[in-house]
Amino acid sequence: MEPGLYHILFISAALFFIGVFGFFTRRNLITMLMSVELVLNSVNLNFIAFNKYLWPNKMDGLFFSIFVIAIAAAEAAVAIAIIINLYRSHQSIDVENTEDLKF
Amino acid sequence: MSGSTIIFYMLAALTLVSGALAVTTRQIFRAAIFLLFSLIGIAGLYFWMQYDFVAAVQIVVYVGGITVLIIFSIFLTQQAGDLLPKPKIGRQVFSALAAFCGFALTMLQLYQHKFTGTTEAPVLPTVSNIGDRMLGVEADGFALPFEVVSILLLAAMIGCIVIALRSKPATA
Repeated sequence: MEPGLYHILFISAALFFIGVFGFFTRRNLITMLMSVELVLNSVNLNFIAFNKYLWPNKMDGLFFSIFVIAIAAAEAAVAIAIIINLYRSHQSIDVENTEDLKF
Repeated sequence: MSGSTIIFYMLAALTLVSGALAVTTRQIFRAAIFLLFSLIGIAGLYFWMQYDFVAAVQIVVYVGGITVLIIFSIFLTQQAGDLLPKPKIGRQVFSALAAFCGFALTMLQLYQHKFTGTTEAPVLPTVSNIGDRMLGVEADGFALPFEVVSILLLAAMIGCIVIALRSKPATA
């Protein structure tokens, strides 16, 4: 069977929930950020697949995924700056050790 | 089974297997490398769908940029060779259950839904078409979001510098 829209959507759903699983189980900020990147990538894959298989007369999905990539790059940069700053003040990037704002 | 189908399944397996390894391996550097391969697999899927420009952007931004940034931050914050602590077994079980239930629900909805696409002539995603739309100021142009994203990137860059700036010692 020739792969089509449903195959791509299956991959992106699986990747999304792999990312969600990683976000739930990981307790290290960098690995949590990696899981978020997987989730964002699965969303991009969805946009491109819908653009290709359902509305190839428009390019809106393509532009959405390009803007998502740009915003994800900005988000990753800010997150890593925060993580490195946190490491300087706490000597740890485990979320269990960074609860100063909790109470 | 045609060659295109075989390539599709190989790319899908690369993406999913390395994605799964990236969130389960206990060596953080290996997790970053598996993430790299997963992102390459997604870029390959974009190539497979003949969206060359998005695939190139994916490789430049994710594979070349974000992964290198993550690897550098691993070098700056982790002791080499340390294993990540094992997550609690209860948390692992419930996370797997939540992820699997969400996945099953999504797939159930997906296969019950019948998508109906347009029948109009496709616009090919060539670089010149993308450029025309990206900087177009007509009703279907994306000039305003383009400018907004550029402001956002500038703000994020300044924000990163300000956050990561080492504060001067008080005696100086």
